Amino acid sequence: MKFLRPALLIASKDLRSEFRTKETLNASFSFALAILVLFSFAFDPDSDMIRQIAGGLLWMVFAFSSALILNRGFAREVPNDCLDTLIASPVSGAQLFLGKTLANYVLLLLVEAVSLPVFGVFYNANWARRLGPLMLVFVLAAWALAVMGTMFSALTVNLRLRELMLPALLYPALVPALMAAIQLTNLLIAGDTVGKEDQIWFRLLAGFDAIFTLLGLALAETVFVG
Amino acid sequence: MAADSPAVLLEGLWKYFGSFPALRDVSFAVHPGAALALLGRNGAGKTTLLRILGGLSRPDRGKVTILGGATRSASVRARIGLLGHGIGIYDELSALENLTFHARLQGLAEPAKAAHAWLERTGLHAVRDGLAREFSRGMRQRLAVARAFLHEPSLFLLDEPFTALDDRAIAVLQSLLREALARGATVVMSTHQLREALELATDVAMVQKGRVVHSGPRTEAMLADPALLYRTYGEPL
Repeated sequence: MKFLRPALLIASKDLRSEFRTKETLNASFSFALAILVLFSFAFDPDSDMIRQIAGGLLWMVFAFSSALILNRGFAREVPNDCLDTLIASPVSGAQLFLGKTLANYVLLLLVEAVSLPVFGVFYNANWARRLGPLMLVFVLAAWALAVMGTMFSALTVNLRLRELMLPALLYPALVPALMAAIQLTNLLIAGDTVGKEDQIWFRLLAGFDAIFTLLGLALAETVFVG
Repeated sequence: MAADSPAVLLEGLWKYFGSFPALRDVSFAVHPGAALALLGRNGAGKTTLLRILGGLSRPDRGKVTILGGATRSASVRARIGLLGHGIGIYDELSALENLTFHARLQGLAEPAKAAHAWLERTGLHAVRDGLAREFSRGMRQRLAVARAFLHEPSLFLLDEPFTALDDRAIAVLQSLLREALARGATVVMSTHQLREALELATDVAMVQKGRVVHSGPRTEAMLADPALLYRTYGEPL
């Protein structure tokens, strides 16, 4: 709890700032909704088509709209040199990293929570048939996006072209997690159960989350202080 | 920390940016209760030195001891008050939210009480619920001063603290620094505002191209002629 308290404090500060300005949430929601609506005109969403594209479409929307949220995570600390004040405080690099990841995670989950019903309406998809496992996929894959995105956002915060650098670094690194999320989402939205041979995708997601969370926590101090 | 040990001890410090040595073999000590003014032209290495002292950067060679410990030790950082070029204030939070957040970050037992007390001391209590982005420049600077002082640090690291301050903020900062020095706190400040700094300083160090070319007590001659050191070491003002 002693380790978590400063992280929660930083996360709640970030969320309070975001809910007050809504600058990234509005941009992220608008982007996600625009893509979902536009693609619904491009495809004829019958049940076979949904089975083939649901996972890819949803995770493409989440991955691209997440860049808007992840870019702001540390960029929020740049004006007035707030990042220096945080690093100079008694909070460790790992606590700062965890706090930022938690705030990004909550925002990503919100975008997913709004986008999924919109997807259901425009694509005539009954996404709630396997709700429990589908939520598990969303929770695990959103953490993968948050933890990886926060790590690269910290690395690129002082770069002039950080808005361009973050996606360039983030998306290739996310390929294993996105592959797993797409496969599982396709299955679950089609109403299928996750068979034994598909359990590997859950294990891949959980392993990805665990490895990169530990890596982020271990490297945070070096990233912030050098 | 032993009573007679220095609050700040630098031994053979080197810092490179690429192949450029920003700090070259810097060594000095600052004793508890002293106020050291770091002088030197822009690019001399003062900010780099203060960033290392504040734990924002690591030296490439040499040893830094702050308040008896390492710069990245949490217990040491809890005793440092940092006021850098940026004010370290969140524009989208209110004055009270900013100070309460920093008080919690510093681990104070009663963060809200400390925040209210420092808003009072810096003359911002009446606007405590106003967003920092709506404040005038002077009010934001006083909020930054309150942020740096609210956990009653034992060591203040101030980078150009008087630059761009309005008269009221300068008066507030000078009075708070005198009070802190009187209770035994140590101050290390880099500055170009020679008169304000020398009035507070007990010691002076002149930094030139990454080296400390002079360090010693602040003399009456320096106070009478603040540009004396610059002329002595051939530095343009």
